[in-house]
Amino acid sequence: MEILIDTILLVLLMITGFSIVRMRSLLAATMLTSIYSLLSASLFVVLDAVDVALTEAAIGAGISTILLLATIALTTDREKPPQRTPMLPLIVVIITGMALIYGTLDMPHFGNPQAPVHLHVAPAYLHDTPGEIGIPNVVTSVLASYRGYDTLGELAVIFTAGAGVLTLLGYRTRGGNSMDPGIRKLLILRVIGKLFFPLILLFALYVQFHGDYGPGGGFQAGVIFATGFILYALAFGLGNAQRLIPHQLLRIMVAFGMLLYIGVGIESMLLGGKFLEYNVLADDPVSGQHLGIILIELGVGITVASVMLMIYYVFRSRQPEGDL
Amino acid sequence: METVIYILSWIFLLGGAIFLLVGAIGILRFPDFYTRLHAVSVCDTMGAGLVLAGLMLQGGFSLVTVKLLLIFYFMIFTGPTAVHALAQAALQGKLKPVVDEHEQQ
Amino acid sequence: MFIAISAVILVAIAIGLLRAFLGPTLYDRVLAANMSGTLTVLMVAVLGFMTGRPEFLDIALVYVLISFVSTIAVLRVCGTGCGASRDPEADSGEG
Repeated sequence: MEILIDTILLVLLMITGFSIVRMRSLLAATMLTSIYSLLSASLFVVLDAVDVALTEAAIGAGISTILLLATIALTTDREKPPQRTPMLPLIVVIITGMALIYGTLDMPHFGNPQAPVHLHVAPAYLHDTPGEIGIPNVVTSVLASYRGYDTLGELAVIFTAGAGVLTLLGYRTRGGNSMDPGIRKLLILRVIGKLFFPLILLFALYVQFHGDYGPGGGFQAGVIFATGFILYALAFGLGNAQRLIPHQLLRIMVAFGMLLYIGVGIESMLLGGKFLEYNVLADDPVSGQHLGIILIELGVGITVASVMLMIYYVFRSRQPEGDL
Repeated sequence: METVIYILSWIFLLGGAIFLLVGAIGILRFPDFYTRLHAVSVCDTMGAGLVLAGLMLQGGFSLVTVKLLLIFYFMIFTGPTAVHALAQAALQGKLKPVVDEHEQQ
Repeated sequence: MFIAISAVILVAIAIGLLRAFLGPTLYDRVLAANMSGTLTVLMVAVLGFMTGRPEFLDIALVYVLISFVSTIAVLRVCGTGCGASRDPEADSGEG
């Protein structure tokens, strides 16, 4: 029966994808993108990929929609009509798509236990995690410990993205009143924002530190954290949000999270292990792993949260006056 | 007692599903934006509330119930706020409601 | 039975999606996205019960909070002006 739900969700995803392509209004396309990520997160839930679903929920439906909207607010909400008929690109896409589908024919069937991915390292991870790492969530143990280098690379990508946005767009300081007149009208939003802001931050902390036991971890928690502050900025204005977390602090935090991650690696080298070998961090290897995973997840969380919030600040600070 | 709770939970779940379906039909069939808001409210309050209540009865009393209660609590705050903000934005954006022509004259 | 409930929710999502395609104003699309968000939360919760994995509820919780923020963001970031004009897709929908 779950196959049926899978199929329906995939069909809905396909329809949504097509209509996103067809939309000329970029705001409408953004709304559809947000629905698209809702659907794909449901699909991940059906497929039992809980951590991925949590990431998709936090990033796809939340922060990427918000950043797309901020981009549209800076540029335009109309797609330019195409200059010529897209016949050649269509043919290229169809041929590539057919080649890809032909390629999938050789792939093992969905859920086949004999698939190469289930025979190579996955059994080792599943088998060794309880003894070596000692945490229930295997995804976190793979992400943070066995594949710690990869995660460092991912964090470096996010760090670079933040640095790139800052370099390209720059941050514009603006004086004047921090409370724009539009906000005064949003009494209900302000009350609810005040009520929900601490709850979102609390939930982000839960996701951050519960990552060893259930779905979650630094990436998701960082995004939820940033979303909480964005809610604050939406309800009380950008100026007040910047009084809460100044832009200069964010810049330091972006680098700090990354340094924390690398620092854990160097610390383990100083203690006689290899880079990011957490076993040496404490007297007994399992608690060393615990400590290492918590620290690097914290580094990931700090960097992701501050990069996301910084991108939002940079985009919004370039908004024309009076429309924060 | 067990069976009563079981049957009750399914009554809640089915009732919630009916409300969800009614709300969905409403959002498709109603003539303009302001009337569609009503349809969405049906989903957000009765539909979501009944489905979550049914799930709570299914789950028994545990951490799951607390999480479901939290979801319900968030929903009854966020749903109306979002719809209110939307209606206000539409009104300020000069979106005219559809009015019956006979009454207009 | 959970299958039946999730099927109903899927149908409702599909109808909401249809409204999001049809428009005709931006507000209708935001409303449809908002409703799809609510429905997805319920869907995830029901699916969690169906497969017997209650940690799915964390995702539902994230959803409620996040989709609220993104709905508010649409209205605050692009202001009240941008949805006023009917967008070009308006002609194709709305019988």
